[in-house]
Amino acid sequence: MSKHKLTQLKALEAESIHIIREVVAEFRNPVMLYSVGKDSSVLVHLARKAFYPAPLPFSLLHVDTGFKFKEMYEFRDAFCEEIGADLIVKRNEDAIAKGMNPKEFGVARCCGALKTGALLKSLEEGGYDAAFGGARRDEEKSRAKERVFSMRDEFGQWDPKNQRPELWNIYNGRIHDGESVRVFPISNWTEMDIWSYIRDENIPIVPLYFAKERPMIERGEMLIPYYEENKDQLLEGEAPKMIMSRFRTLGCSPCTGAVRSDATNMDEIVIEAAAARRSERETRIIDHGSNSMEDKKKEGYF
Amino acid sequence: MTEFNFELTKEIELLRLVTVGSVDDGKSTLIGRLLVDTKGAFEDQLMAVRKKKGTTHVSSAAEIDLAMLTDGLAAEREQGITIDVAYRYFATPKRKFIMADCPGHEQYTRNMVTGSSTANAAIILIDARHGVLPQTKRHTHILGLLGIPHLIVAINKMDLVDYDQAAFEKIRKEMQEYCAKQGIKDLICTPMSALTGDMVTIRGDKMDWYKGDTLLETLESMSVLDDLDEKPFRMPVQLVNRPQTADLPDYRGFMGTIASGTVKVGDSLVVMPSGKTSTVKEIVAFDGNLEEAFSPQSITITLNDNIDISRGDMLVHAGEQTTGEKQLTANVCWIGDEALENRKKYIIKHTTTQVKALVSEVNFKRDIHSLEREEATALAMNEIGQVTFKLQQPLCCDPYADNRVTGSFIIIDGFTNNTVGAGMIV
Repeated sequence: MSKHKLTQLKALEAESIHIIREVVAEFRNPVMLYSVGKDSSVLVHLARKAFYPAPLPFSLLHVDTGFKFKEMYEFRDAFCEEIGADLIVKRNEDAIAKGMNPKEFGVARCCGALKTGALLKSLEEGGYDAAFGGARRDEEKSRAKERVFSMRDEFGQWDPKNQRPELWNIYNGRIHDGESVRVFPISNWTEMDIWSYIRDENIPIVPLYFAKERPMIERGEMLIPYYEENKDQLLEGEAPKMIMSRFRTLGCSPCTGAVRSDATNMDEIVIEAAAARRSERETRIIDHGSNSMEDKKKEGYF
Repeated sequence: MTEFNFELTKEIELLRLVTVGSVDDGKSTLIGRLLVDTKGAFEDQLMAVRKKKGTTHVSSAAEIDLAMLTDGLAAEREQGITIDVAYRYFATPKRKFIMADCPGHEQYTRNMVTGSSTANAAIILIDARHGVLPQTKRHTHILGLLGIPHLIVAINKMDLVDYDQAAFEKIRKEMQEYCAKQGIKDLICTPMSALTGDMVTIRGDKMDWYKGDTLLETLESMSVLDDLDEKPFRMPVQLVNRPQTADLPDYRGFMGTIASGTVKVGDSLVVMPSGKTSTVKEIVAFDGNLEEAFSPQSITITLNDNIDISRGDMLVHAGEQTTGEKQLTANVCWIGDEALENRKKYIIKHTTTQVKALVSEVNFKRDIHSLEREEATALAMNEIGQVTFKLQQPLCCDPYADNRVTGSFIIIDGFTNNTVGAGMIV
């Protein structure tokens, strides 16, 4: 490669940093949504690069459902402490107190309350006019139609038929009072890019992404992680079994499946990602069903 | 597995593509074909759009509805049309491709402008049965205006004209003549069938008369150089980094994306529009400071002198200043619902600056069929013309033909805040 040519990962990095800086320049009160997953890890890393040597000029907001894996909570607290990030954790305490869970109330209702509901409420309470998210266009087909600056009305909702044209790398950040934007700096990254970048840049990620013998419930083609605390998940005739496995994506423990894998380090994960024949969202129960991601996004979900 | 080449994942280049075409040219099918054949689509995504719901495995592209793979919104699947730009990703061992899939409907031309603005290369779809349509000409004209360096004309559905060479040649000749009139030189015409895959990713045995590359071979081998790094140095300042922490009490870093050219430690810089000068002290980066940086890197520069610089200023090399006038003339693609008219006021966003602008004159609009200039005082939605604006503040800019970054701007309606136009400075 010639001296003045960026590799595709470095070109993506430069684009993402440009976007993050534009938001900080043009918005009054931005916040970065932090889900503790691999895409969030990359997003935070890019933000640190963008403002180095200064600290992050915005807080990280974790919308917690209370159902995340315990390894995610441990990682989150240690990571934010280490990089000196200001972490805000918000939960829909009302719904949690009433015992909201996907098994009894259904996945759609649980997500609606614990994720979308909590997200919209915390964005409103915080008075944030811009929220960074780690969504990628290659994840899901309605996300393929998402802008980098995604306008949300006063109700935090998305109108896919009325999106602002986005030209060159000039982003229109002008909004009316009450409106806000969701900004997706890693829109153009693929799953393979994320893993390659984590590997090249030594970005810390939750240990659940690496393969290990873990207690799992086998249900059809899915591997559901088993924990002592939620043994009520077991259906009749099921028993946990130790299986060499890892997670391609991390969400809530009752709704995220694992995959069989021997990939114990980043090199092996990159090889596995390159050979993958099924999309990572397949392990996420929320995406299944007709138009589910599009409907959720219209309501205000990421 | 152990032979996986990690260097490959590091060295590959990025090619930004756009695909445009009229309704029913088979664009979604072509993209679906590229995704399936390069393994850019996953099995579970393919399973969701398979034709026969009973099957448990998808082994060939013929078994799936390729268009369903790319039409992501519910309304699109209901109406069987593509409404919005979708971005698709696929890679070969040589390149990663970001493909903007643009709808062909006339009313959605604004999405085409959006999808094309960042592209290095464009694929224009033509249905071999129908030939060059008014929409094809409009799209080609816009691609020319947007300065897309490489155009590929994909003459599709050859299977429906019995792979007839004469049908292909007729369309090729017409496109070559049309492009020549607009000064578009780099044009490649390829016959293909997106449905069967012939001349897309495989040669097939139906078009032996065609000696050129398949579409994928062309995409993998065409030049992606935009030569922006060879042009004069331009860095619009996005932000001034002043941490004011105990460790860095007096630090002032100027953050921005290098629009063009290269910069080195020690270089003499001029700040536009103030004309103040200084030299580069450091090029700051998270992984260790750099000696040199180039377009399109996002960097932070510190200077040896404490001079006044803020967002919207532009750093350039001494002797290579931009123009900075309170008036500009540009080719404008109008994408707003309400027409642009003489004397109307807008906001122009150019690099990192926003200025108020008044339409002092619509010089002309262009008939997209004849490409002739027509007298006009307004530009309606989807019209293209040349407009002179009066600016409240001078803008530091270059002609679009010299620099796609410092020569472009968007036009914003100050009342609705919508993006209503795309401007290319002449």
